[in-house]
Amino acid sequence: MSKGVAITGMGIISAIGNNVAENYASLIAGKKGISKISQIETIHKDEIMVGEIPDTNPVLEQKLGFTENQVSRTVLIGCIAAEEAIAHAGITDINDAETGLISGTTVGGMDKSEQYFYDYLEKPEVRQHITGLHAGDSSKKIAQYLGLKESFVTTISTACSSAANAIMMGARMIKSGQLERVIVGGTDSLSKFTINGFKTLLILSDTYSAPFDDDRKGLNLGEAAAYLVLESEELVQKTGKKVLGYVKGYGNANDAYHQTASSEHGDGAVLAMEKALKVAKIPATAIDYVNAHGTATPNNDLSEGRALIRLFNGKVPEFSSTKASTGHTLAAAGGVEAVYSVLALQNDTIFPNLNYKTPMKEFELDPITEVTKKPLRNVLSNSFGFGGNCSTLIFSKEI
Amino acid sequence: MSELKQELKEKIIEQLNLEDVAVEEIEDTDPLFGEGLGLDSIDALELIVMLDKDYGIKLADPKEGKKIFESVDTMATYIAANRSR
Amino acid sequence: MNKSLQIRSYCQIKNGIISHNGKVVFEHPLTDFEPFIKAAYKNFETDYPKFFKMDNLSKLAFMAAETVLSDKAVEEKNMAIVLSNRASSLDTDRKYQESIADEDNFYPSPAVFVYTLPNICIGEISIRHKLHSENSFFIFDAFNADYLKDYADGLLQNEKAEEVLCGWVDFDDGRYEAFLYIVSETGNHPHTAEEITRLYLTP
Repeated sequence: MSKGVAITGMGIISAIGNNVAENYASLIAGKKGISKISQIETIHKDEIMVGEIPDTNPVLEQKLGFTENQVSRTVLIGCIAAEEAIAHAGITDINDAETGLISGTTVGGMDKSEQYFYDYLEKPEVRQHITGLHAGDSSKKIAQYLGLKESFVTTISTACSSAANAIMMGARMIKSGQLERVIVGGTDSLSKFTINGFKTLLILSDTYSAPFDDDRKGLNLGEAAAYLVLESEELVQKTGKKVLGYVKGYGNANDAYHQTASSEHGDGAVLAMEKALKVAKIPATAIDYVNAHGTATPNNDLSEGRALIRLFNGKVPEFSSTKASTGHTLAAAGGVEAVYSVLALQNDTIFPNLNYKTPMKEFELDPITEVTKKPLRNVLSNSFGFGGNCSTLIFSKEI
Repeated sequence: MSELKQELKEKIIEQLNLEDVAVEEIEDTDPLFGEGLGLDSIDALELIVMLDKDYGIKLADPKEGKKIFESVDTMATYIAANRSR
Repeated sequence: MNKSLQIRSYCQIKNGIISHNGKVVFEHPLTDFEPFIKAAYKNFETDYPKFFKMDNLSKLAFMAAETVLSDKAVEEKNMAIVLSNRASSLDTDRKYQESIADEDNFYPSPAVFVYTLPNICIGEISIRHKLHSENSFFIFDAFNADYLKDYADGLLQNEKAEEVLCGWVDFDDGRYEAFLYIVSETGNHPHTAEEITRLYLTP
């Protein structure tokens, strides 16, 4: 007997806003968070554009009460977003119910570890960034900051689908009764490691990324943290709190094609979407809006476009990629886009796919390019990661 | 030119981890991608890095790579004409 | 409807030894990873040239999967994969970091970067065995039998997969350890946390 998984809180910090309200305002104003990089000294700074969070580390440290240079930026933005989610869910004592934290990250503390790489031998005061590099360390630190006591804390590291997988995992643990409440999502900050890596794969754009556009040149990297609070039906009934939406469906599949590229016809994507619909027990026709993975790389958008056409039998619903606004926030993307999917449902609004001018030659698909009002019942969100890890989430107004 | 071709074959084997391939097995005109050696897209990116690192050539447009990396012959011709190292 | 679940095949790789279902199937005099895993690859006549492009974590996971899947071809193709470790992809992360550490010798390697994520090894296994099933990778402080058991149970009881390949593949600074096992409806070992831990700990 399937139980509902209620979403009771959300938190986010991204290039287009420091909290949910700011992000929403930016989305409906069609605001771009993409610019030249300012907080990292990289030799590529004139060749790339990124979705950078405006707050510097000292500003974030002050907001949270962390000592200077103790933790990585990934932890700082993670704490900001997780704290907002908990407050939004009206939680005053995080330990008053069985609560877990499942966080996705790819970068971990690399932003700091790479900065002090040469200093570790001589400067003991920066050695905390050695252990800070570890992916699990960032989740632990966020849990500590939230005051989460003996509970379930884990880290998922499956590239760009990490946060989506964290949400899926959290939903399952609620349905099976293993947790009453769980904070799920992800966090990743910009780092030279990632910038250089993506640059050598030749998939970065030197201008504003244009998802699903025929002339798209690649993605803009971004940084963000975003979390949802999921609760069981019983807990919601006990507290009588407001439900923002439900995690109705989820699916994960492997593309089994290449370490980093997607298969030509989006096999993994189709499988993940089909699985999500099956879990949700709804037909494809019940999906009102698709928030696409839409990274604006030549490969993804072609593969995902084809997958959408296959899944929806040619009748693809309204869709858009919000990555032109925030950049591709890697492990956090699934969380960021989950927040945006819930905002879409709450406001019956579809957010625009910026920078789109020319339809792709290979098929007839036009994303939504203006803020559009439409009654929405079910929103599908895709997140596809390196390693062929394809994940799909379905969010609904009803259980 | 033949010295450069020999060098390229050795580098290709080493750089791209082609474990069971011997230099003698690579013909100058063998296709490197698709048939022949069966290199893939990541290998192409590594070759672009190699052009820069070992021969000082920065490819302005990575799509040029397709023509340049057709075979050891085409690679050697291009490098001989454009190298700065 | 609760199915009774079993472990039908398991493999361990450490200290220069590969064992399958408790029996040593390959032993190498040198425990150093690189010569060991190459010798293992050749010993089993693996014939998969892309193996040599993989990083150490993927090579380890790949050979463990080859071993654990050797007694029965994956016919159903609906085998989920749930792996975990402690070090994530740190070993390769460091290698990649080295390629961008020197300002004067600055050549980031795309072939190395591609492996700076722990779940790529799942991708490699999936490509090899054509598995399109569900897959995930978790980072834990130590081997967590309870978690893996619950996850596999969930997948199989809810018919999300027909079998699950689970385990631990960790590689860090020359130290390597792999323990993979297949959860299924048939097998010789009961699928319990105690049994999983026992098999994991048996040298």
